[in-house]
Parts: sequence; structure tokens; C-alpha cells
Amino acid sequence: MGPDDLDLQCLGVSKSFGSVKAVQDISLDIASGSFFSILGPSGCGKTTLMRMIAGFEEPSAGDIRIKGRSVLEVPPNRRNVKMVFQHLALFPMMNVYENIAYGLRCQRMGKEEIRRKVHDVLDRIALPDVAGREIHQLSGGQKQRIAIARCMVLDPDVLLLDEPLGALDLKLREAMKIELKLLQHQFNTTFVYITHDQSEALVMSDRVAVMNNGRFEQVGAPQELYHRPATAFVAGFVGDSNRWSGRVQSVDGAALEVATEGGLPVKCTAANDGTLAKGDRVELFVRPEFISIDRGSQTSGLSGIVDSLLFNGANSRALVRTDSEELVEADITLTGGTDDIRPGERVSLTWAPENALCFAAAGKAA
Amino acid sequence: MRKKPACIPSFPTLTAIALVTAGIALAPGGAQAETLRLLTWGSYAPEALIQKFEEKYPDIDVEVTFSNNEEMIAKLRATGGAGFDLAQPSHDRIYAAQLEYDIYKPLDLSKIDTSVMEPSLLDGVKANTTIEGEVYAVPHQWGTSGLMADKTKAPNLKSWADLCDPEYKGRTSMRLKRTILLGTAFAMGENPFEAYSDLEKYQQILDQVAEKLIECKGNIKAYWNAGDDLAAMMLSGEIVGSETWDSTAYKLYNENQNIVFVPPETGALAWIDTFALPAKGKADDAAYKWINFVLQPENVKMMSASTGAIAAVKGGKDLLPDDKKAAVNAAFTEEDIANLKFFANIPPGVEDMEGRTLEKIKAATGG
Amino acid sequence: MNRRDARRLALILLFMPFALWIALLILLPHIGMGVLSLREKVGPRQYEFGFGNYIDFAQEPIYWNTLLRTGSMSLLVTALALIIGFPIAYYIAKIAGRRSRGALFLLCLVPLWVSDLIRAYGWILLLRETGIISGALQYVGLVSQPVEMLYNDAAVIVGLVYTVMLFMIVPLTSTLDGMDDAMIEAGYNLGGNGFTVLRRIIIPYAMPGIVSGCIIVFMLTAGSYLTPVLLGGKNSSWFTETIYEQFITRYNWEAGAAFGFLLLAFTSLVVWLGLRLSGQSLTSTVARS
Repeated sequence: MGPDDLDLQCLGVSKSFGSVKAVQDISLDIASGSFFSILGPSGCGKTTLMRMIAGFEEPSAGDIRIKGRSVLEVPPNRRNVKMVFQHLALFPMMNVYENIAYGLRCQRMGKEEIRRKVHDVLDRIALPDVAGREIHQLSGGQKQRIAIARCMVLDPDVLLLDEPLGALDLKLREAMKIELKLLQHQFNTTFVYITHDQSEALVMSDRVAVMNNGRFEQVGAPQELYHRPATAFVAGFVGDSNRWSGRVQSVDGAALEVATEGGLPVKCTAANDGTLAKGDRVELFVRPEFISIDRGSQTSGLSGIVDSLLFNGANSRALVRTDSEELVEADITLTGGTDDIRPGERVSLTWAPENALCFAAAGKAA
Repeated sequence: MRKKPACIPSFPTLTAIALVTAGIALAPGGAQAETLRLLTWGSYAPEALIQKFEEKYPDIDVEVTFSNNEEMIAKLRATGGAGFDLAQPSHDRIYAAQLEYDIYKPLDLSKIDTSVMEPSLLDGVKANTTIEGEVYAVPHQWGTSGLMADKTKAPNLKSWADLCDPEYKGRTSMRLKRTILLGTAFAMGENPFEAYSDLEKYQQILDQVAEKLIECKGNIKAYWNAGDDLAAMMLSGEIVGSETWDSTAYKLYNENQNIVFVPPETGALAWIDTFALPAKGKADDAAYKWINFVLQPENVKMMSASTGAIAAVKGGKDLLPDDKKAAVNAAFTEEDIANLKFFANIPPGVEDMEGRTLEKIKAATGG
Repeated sequence: MNRRDARRLALILLFMPFALWIALLILLPHIGMGVLSLREKVGPRQYEFGFGNYIDFAQEPIYWNTLLRTGSMSLLVTALALIIGFPIAYYIAKIAGRRSRGALFLLCLVPLWVSDLIRAYGWILLLRETGIISGALQYVGLVSQPVEMLYNDAAVIVGLVYTVMLFMIVPLTSTLDGMDDAMIEAGYNLGGNGFTVLRRIIIPYAMPGIVSGCIIVFMLTAGSYLTPVLLGGKNSSWFTETIYEQFITRYNWEAGAAFGFLLLAFTSLVVWLGLRLSGQSLTSTVARS
């Protein structure tokens, strides 16, 4: 992949505010036409990174390139990077048409051409009739689409989206996720999407960067992050997991045996072919969907008593209290029939060792 | 000293004058002790004198409101003459105001010790303020309006017209009120007071005066509004001569012996501030007591020291404090005194004519 | 007395001061003035109903020239207050930190702590020929002779702008404060330069504040009395002065009342025109801030 195929590159970008290092040595390459997400908890520096790309902040170090050309010297209004703001920042004193035409007017485009382009983009976002409406007359989803159209009409190299779904209610948010993905395909423009919601990132993105404390923990496809997390933070942040702390009992290549603090012996796999030695402290992650529940006790694995059931259709879960007083979440299927597991029943929990991932615990001394 | 109170009411206050004064009038009139509500000029009721009066008459409280001729009449007019027990307008502001608005009541001269008053002033005021055989005012103090000059810088300032002398271009001032209209008329050889009986003639005089004063605008630095700004301009040397009240000039004489009051060649214009009872005053006896009290020689001294004006009593000039006496002597000769022009009663309609003339002058864009 | 009556009584009591204020101090005097202005004096203590006072006004160029002069100077003061006040308001609302904002507001308030009169005398001390500025200029050697900066229209305008500045800054700051910073960034992001963002985004957004500030400032200026009288020169007549003259020195309350109404009508007309031109309404501007 040469630089020609890259819409956006960050090379060792850092940003400090006084003594606070908001972004530290970030490098990334984003391929043309892809949907890239930056996922991280609030305060991780993702917004600062995005504001640097848009030109509202200047990096303390490093370089930002768009289509292979450095933009550090380019003021924000000359960068062909457009942005959808968290609260959309539609201009309330202009109607929909004016909002979309604003950027074109800034380019001193002719009246007729502006008309054509605005109506064209409204057609593409499937809102052909709202041109004359005031902003406050639009629904939440419509505002969202107008905010995107306002940027897309300018044909940007990169579109930045700063948690634009945050203000929407759940149902709409689910619908918009799909719609955003479709819009991205339709416009075939590079989207850089900032969010703290892992499900948004996983559903929409081609690639996701997980960010924590100003650094990237891992960059990869959603599946990769989910199934092969590079760090304990990623494993914990992306998707749900049961998490234990423990100590390595024996090592056999990548296959380990770990005793949790509660004293359970667990078979697991060292992540990233990591080198762990006997006696190391580890963090152990097992996703609920890899745990199978069976009635009665079995010799291998854990056993416990069902504490409660969390019914959520296909995503229902059981909370099982193990004999060592730890709570474990496991996915189950609740059909509503008489066969279903009920609270109070004694069950055993099993999983394949390759689905239990071990990471060296932070500060793994002793 | 006689001057416009420094606090000029702001415009919104005007609209509320009627209400406020009505409120005062409606307020219940004190407890057992009688209250004497005095409507007078700034410095015409010195604190020490009020104390002395209240010691002598323990059952009378004195309340003072400071004002000027125009506002006194406006206040009394708003209430039909209520709210105050004793007012002190100038002698020329009684007759027409009474005819027009009925705001005063006749005096009972038997209750006033008129024997101490200077007979010529008493007779003059009586003549000016008698309506249908009733006398409405007696004199209190008198003073003049004339010119003030810095002897070293404007030794030749002698006439009203000299304020417009190009020699003093940008170095003179005047108050744009009726005094300067009358003074200028005298300087032009007319007698405006005689013309009061023939208003057409008077209008002609006013037109000429207006022309003259509009021409003169370029010569004037600024019109002064209150004694303070006049004093500041004169003391700082920004102006060398001005139309003035004599009391203001006397005050400046104390600070700079070069600044003297100059009676104009045609005669200084003299006013007499009077005592008059508002039509709906409630403490007439107390008012008479105050009148007689302040005309006693030892009290006259205190009053004149405060006001700088000469009391209308026999030998009034001798009762001035020494410094003021020196200032008066530096200003007036016997001929000047004989040459005084007392303000004549203002007949109805003249105020309007003069007002229009003044507006015309102010609006004209000279200089 | 049951609870509902009690609540109604409480409501009436709460509303009472406002109602009394409106009725006694606004409505009643204006009705009185209105009636007064329609009385024509025909002789001593004799009046007739008629529009004579208004006709007098129309026939006397001095009066309507003074009114027009007052109006145009007030507009100039308003424009200057806006031009000076906008950057200050923008700085307070958008650039200054939370903590310094209070201090800055306070600074704007300081001039209002002293009375009109003292403020006017302050300007007199500064601007007069033997005043501080003239003295300083001579000391520095920029001028060889004392300069008079008082007693002209410029002094009046300076004094008025100074007095009304706060009333421009407060509504501007409060509207600008309500503006999401992202709106400005979006303006740049979509390709606008500083001027475009100011003209197409910040100013339209702040329009309600601008209009309400302008209305307040214009009304205050056109109705001011002390500053024009004390700082004004030989030729600078202000319409309120004319009204004062009518009431006090000419005892002509009838004409004074008529002039008062004319000033009210004139300023209302200007405000109405301003609202029409800016496409705002009273409720969206003054009532909002």
C-alpha cells in the first residue's frame, strides 16, 4: 500500500497541554474509502487527535498527511477534511438548503451549480423535500443526515465524525449505525469515526483503533480486536468478558494453567504467543458466549448455582455464582419452554482453553 | 450665594414630578410639632440659622427644598400651591404666575415686621406683586446679574456687548437664559422692560437680539449651566469674561483678586428674592415667624455670609461679611447702584417669546 | 378560606407590585401627559382641546431639526457602542476563561456605580482645555497650546458611548455565550475564512442580542439628558433639553407633554424600522435576553 492509496496518515503525532500529555506518539494509516473508527473511553485523547486532524489544534510533534501531503501549515478552512460535530453544530439561523450551501458558497461556486449540488446530495441522503425546512423542524435522524450531507457536498478527502450518535435514543442509534455504514459505501469516502461505544465501532468499521491514555493499544479489523485482543485493556474494553486475576501454575508452549485468586484451576492460552513463566501474575478473560452451561456438576471446569437470569431475547445471559463465590456471566438460550435453566439450579461451566486468554498483569513483578 | 442647584433633574424625573409632589402633599402633616416646609434657593437656609430658629421655636421643624425660580413655580403648579409653606421666588416671578396658575395666597402684612425693610425695595416689590389690592410678596435679599472679568486679561470688558468683542474670541461665556437677552437689548440702546407693554415691539427687539447673539456664538467658548462650571472656566483661565451672578463673582474674588464683578455700562440687572406663601401652605404662622426671624440684623449677617447677597433691610450692605463687602466695594460705585435696572414683572406670553428666541439661538449653527 | 383561594391570593399579591408599578408609574402619567398634550392654551387659565401643540412642532423647524439631530446622533452612538462592544462581548463570552469572565463583567459595571452627574464631570475634567488630556498632550509635546476637547458633539458622543456600553455588552455576551463553540469551528471546517464565519455565522447567531442591545442603547441615548447638556457645546441641542425647557422655563407643560410623546413616537418608529430591517421581533430580542 503506497502513500497514494492512503487518505490520511498520522506520523508520530503527540500533543501536550501543559504537563498533560493528551496524545502520545500516534501513527496511523487510513486507506482510501475505508471506515475507520477510533474507540476509547472518554478522556483517552481521541477527540484531541481528531481536532488535530481537522486543524483546530496543532500537534506538539509529528506530522499529519492528507493524500500524502503534510497539512500542518494548512489552516482548518483550507483542509479538505470535513467534520460532523458531536452535537452536529447545524446553523440554527439558516434553513436546510442554506446549511448545505454554506460550504459551497465559501468556495464561491455559481448559484446554479450550488442548487444542483444541494439537491443532488439531498437526494442521495433520501431527504429530497426538506430543503426549505428550518433546522428545528427536523427529527434527530434527519438532522444527522443533513450534518453529513453538509460535509459530503464538499467532496472531502476524509470525513471526521465525533460521536454523532451520542445524543440519539437507542432505537434510532441502532438504525443510524446501519445507515451510516450505507452512506459511507454510497459516498465511498474515508470516514474516521470517534466513539466510546464499542458496538458502534465494531458494527460499522473496516478497521478500529483502540485508544487508551493517549496511545493506540491495538489497530485492526473488528473481528481481530474481538478475538485476538493484543492487550488486557482491549480484551476488557471490546465486547463483554468475564475477568479474573490469577497466577500461572504451569506452562506448555502457549497453553497455560492458571489458578485464579479464588483458587480455581483454569486452562487457558497466552495471548499474542506471549512469553509467560510459571508464577507470573496474569489477567484472564473469557467471553460469555464461549462458556457453555450444563445441568449438574461435572469433573472438569467450574460448577456453581444459577443466581439470576438476564433475559434479552437472543442475547440472554445467566449469572452463575461459583463455589468460590465469584460471579460468572454465560450466554444461554431461553426458549420459554420447560427445559430452560432456572435460578437456583446447580450447573457446571465449561469452555475451550483456546477461548480463555491470558495477559501479563500490569506490574507483573513476583 | 445664589445659584442653580448643582443637581439638574434628569428627564424621567420630570414626568414624575406631578406624582411625587402630589405624594408629598397627601402625606399626613407631621405630629404635634409644626413643620415649616421651605422652598428656596441653595444656600438660602444655612444649617446654623435653622438650628437657631428651631431653638427659639422648639415646636417648629424646618424642612428645606432647594430649587430655582423655574422649578419653584413648576413644583407649586403641579400641586396647585400645596406641599410647601413658604417660597422664595424672585419679585418678577409672582404676578404672572399668580394670574396664570393661582399658586400663592395674599400676605397678612400686619404679621410681618416691615419696618426693618429698606423702604424703596419694599415698595418696589409691593408694587410688582399687588393683585386686586392684595400684596403677595415682600423682599428678602437682592443681588444683580452683570459681567465678570479678569482685570489683567480683559481690562476693557465694560458692556454686555463686549462679550462678543472679537478681542476675546473663544474666551467669553454666558448663560443662555433671559438675562443675556435683556442685557443685550440694553446694550443695543433699547429698554426691554418698557417694551413689555407692547409685545410687538418687544418681539422686534428680541429678533434683533437673537441676530446679535447668533453672530456672537463664534465668540463664545461655551454656555454655562450652573455656577460651578462658570467658576471652573473662570478660575482655570479658560475664559476671561462672562455674564454672571454677582454672588458667583464675589466668591471668585476671594480666590483671585483679579476677578471682579463688573456692572455693565447700561446698568446691572437687579433681582429681589421675596417671601411668598404658597396657596395651600399649612403653616402660615411658622412662615411669618421665619420671615421676621431672618430679617433680624444678627441673623441677616449669617444669611448674607451664606448667600453672598445683600439683605433687603435698612443698611443691608453693612451687614455683609467683610470679604463680601470688599468684593462689593470693588465692584460697585454709587453711580452703579443708582443705575441698577430692576427686573420688571413678566407679563403673560413673554416667557414664551423669550423661550423661542433662546431656542433659535441655541439651534443656530454659528461658530 | 380554602387552599385554592389562598393560592390565588398569593398570586395576586405577587403580581401586585408589578401591576401597581405599571399602572401608577407608567400608565397613569402617560395618560395624564396624553391629555395634557392635547390641551391648547388660549388665555390665562383657559384651555381648549386640540392638536395645536403638535401642529406647533410640525411648523417649527427648530424642533424637528433638534429631534432629527437627536435621533441621528443616537444612531451613531448606538453604532459605535455596537462596534466597540461586540469584540468585548465576544472576548468575554468566547475567549476569556470562566474565572476572568466575572471580573471583566464587573469592570464593565464599574461606570454605573457612580451617578450620571459624576461621570459627566469626570469627562469634563479629562477633556477641558485645562484638563488632564490637554495637559498630558502638552507635556509630551504633541501640541504646543492647550486644546479644547469639551463642548462639542464628539464629547457628547464619547460620553454617551461610555455610559451605555454596558447595556450593549450584556445582551451580546449572553447570546454569544449560548452559542456552541462547535458552530464557529464548523464554520471554519466547511471552508469559511474568519470574515465569512463572522458575517455568516457569528453575527446572524448573535442578531437577537445585537438588536436588543441596540434597542436598549438607542432608547437610553435618545432619552438621556445630563450628558448632552453638560458635555455639549453651543450648538448641540438635544431633544430632551427642549422638553425640559418647555416644562420648566417656559411653563408650557402642554407643549412639553406633546414633545414627550413625539420623542416616544419617534424612538418607537426607529426601533420598529430596525426590527423590520433586521428581520427580528421584540419577543425574539429584548424579551429573550
